[in-house]
Amino acid sequence: MKTIFLAALLLVAPALAQQPDKVTVGVLSDMNGIYSALGGPGSVVSAQMAVDAFVKRHPEYAGKVEVVSADHQNKADIATNRAQEMIERQGVNAIFDVPNSACALAVAGVVKTRNALFLDEGAGTTELTSEQCNTHTFHYGYDNYMLANGTGTAVTKRGGKTWFIIYPNYKFGQNLNLQMRKAVEAAGGKIIAPSEATPFPNTDFSSYLLKAQSLRPQIFGTMQAGGDLVNVVKQYNEFALKKGGIGLAIGLLFDTDVDALGQDAFAGAVVTVPWFWNIDAQSKAWSADFQKRFGKKPSWVHGGVYSAVSTYLDAVARAKSTDAEKVRAALEGFHFNDFFAHNGSIRPQDHVLLLDVVQVEVKPKSEATEERDYFKIVSRTPAAQAFMPLSENPCQMGK
Amino acid sequence: MGRLLVIQVFNGLVNGAFYALLSLGLAVIFGMLRIVNFAHGAMYMLGAFTAYTLGERYGLGFWPSLLIAPLLVGLLGVLIERTMLRRLYNLRPAYNLLLTFGLTLVIQDGVRLVYGISGAPYASPPQLAGVTNLGFTMFPTYRLFVICVSVVVCGLTFYVIERTPVGAIVRACTENPTVTRTFGVDVSLWVTAVFGFGSALAGLAGVLAAPIYSVDPLMGSELIITTFAVVVIGGMGSILGSILTGFTVGILVAIGSALYPPIANTLVFILMALVLLVRPTGLFGLPEGGR
Repeated sequence: MKTIFLAALLLVAPALAQQPDKVTVGVLSDMNGIYSALGGPGSVVSAQMAVDAFVKRHPEYAGKVEVVSADHQNKADIATNRAQEMIERQGVNAIFDVPNSACALAVAGVVKTRNALFLDEGAGTTELTSEQCNTHTFHYGYDNYMLANGTGTAVTKRGGKTWFIIYPNYKFGQNLNLQMRKAVEAAGGKIIAPSEATPFPNTDFSSYLLKAQSLRPQIFGTMQAGGDLVNVVKQYNEFALKKGGIGLAIGLLFDTDVDALGQDAFAGAVVTVPWFWNIDAQSKAWSADFQKRFGKKPSWVHGGVYSAVSTYLDAVARAKSTDAEKVRAALEGFHFNDFFAHNGSIRPQDHVLLLDVVQVEVKPKSEATEERDYFKIVSRTPAAQAFMPLSENPCQMGK
Repeated sequence: MGRLLVIQVFNGLVNGAFYALLSLGLAVIFGMLRIVNFAHGAMYMLGAFTAYTLGERYGLGFWPSLLIAPLLVGLLGVLIERTMLRRLYNLRPAYNLLLTFGLTLVIQDGVRLVYGISGAPYASPPQLAGVTNLGFTMFPTYRLFVICVSVVVCGLTFYVIERTPVGAIVRACTENPTVTRTFGVDVSLWVTAVFGFGSALAGLAGVLAAPIYSVDPLMGSELIITTFAVVVIGGMGSILGSILTGFTVGILVAIGSALYPPIANTLVFILMALVLLVRPTGLFGLPEGGR
């Protein structure tokens, strides 16, 4: 009896092998800290939504795709450990989200030598796809180049010809400042005084605002992020720079920053984003779904995680494998459109996701038609011009 | 340049106003209880969030909040002193540090759970929005108000403690609790009151800060480190020292950061190191043995 059973099992075995591989998606994020509102638990929900939709498209994967998550606590060494654990113990095939540039670079270092991929949506650093690029790492949604280049060019072209910029004195800020200056000058604008490096973190920006007051540029550019940005903008309003005809351009602005300060405080400021929750009807429908599951509206990182997980899983289905090399080949050069990525394509040479991005102006509250209706589009940058050109990119993938 | 420096003196006074209020609270508490209250920054943050909540939930504007929020934070201080700190007075100071530091983490994470990490919006009261022409510059009206409130509150506190019967009791409790007790003074009640008052000062600073600084769960942890340095420079427990040093450090840092921005965050610690080298008990502190 036992023998017959075993024989039967052997006969069935090849059929079992035809079944698709099990896929494990890992969301590694900041679950409690400063980035948890824009990534964190919301990204886990996004990933699960993408998995559910994928299983509907590919019923053969029913019950075979799993989402696991971990907290990197904004520490690069913890990010390294968690990424290793995810891949080696939990069998994670691809890691997503990972806000915080230092953590993202740490994870890129981990996947480099393992059979796993990394698609980052949360971090800004361009190093993921330039100096420190590798064959298993992809950057999805936004990066510092796209932010600075988009805003610097668009604001200058709209008539903001003279600029004064301040930036926080660490890698993110320095990088953003350089890119922004280049973009402004390339678009015919003028930097009228050397950019000022501010301490980080910092609460009192009054001396820089006073300097701006006396320089009278048309645009005051702030490369600060998070809590520092909130302080700058609060004090920009307090010193009444806008009334003095000095406009505000921001390097990086998330919906959560607007939540923190109120819409009117940011009104009129221009910033570049890859996506926002009510950018079009399709996105609104998805965002409503997300809100039903999570209770809050999605940030662009949440939208990015959904799109990236979908794109990854579709690549797994095309490759009929979870092997990192095979999925990578299926991703490279792939062209697609979804609610998040318009004219999306994955550049094979450096693994940057190219997509159309928009410059938005923050609306005053009086123009908002619903809760968190923050942005109106003032210009668009097509995918081909939005990101760092290959000619400037030093990326050498070890091939 | 000269004009910028004059303006920076005003900005320095604003920062100094916060340093003075916070370090005054710390100094009062240290003088009476001999503990270094690490939870002071959390009380400051709670002041700001209480004002925000009063506005959001109960529709109370800035003015009522300016009174109610410090009261509530002061009450919390009373509660903490009565239920927790009290039990540690006979132990080594390290236990107070651990308790107040632990409380800070608990309060910060509690606020984060309720309000999220990215913080809350808070606008200046409409009466004080806008700028005032000082002749040489346009200066935000609200900032001038902050300077005035801080000067008045610090002055009153100094007056009460140094010149009134109430202050005499507080000073007596500080100097020699045992003897004071024999005069029929309920020292433990005064200790509670002083801790509550110190916490209320931090709460007041928090409300005042809400319209100009980012209101987020970590706002206190950043400011408190500078405040500790101010207290050390002024002399631990010295009322006058903490007030004068608060304003002086505010101005020096503002001028320093105008001349050489990278030094802004470090200057106060350089000052502290220099003062400690020359006068280990701080500018206004008495030698420990004199107590």
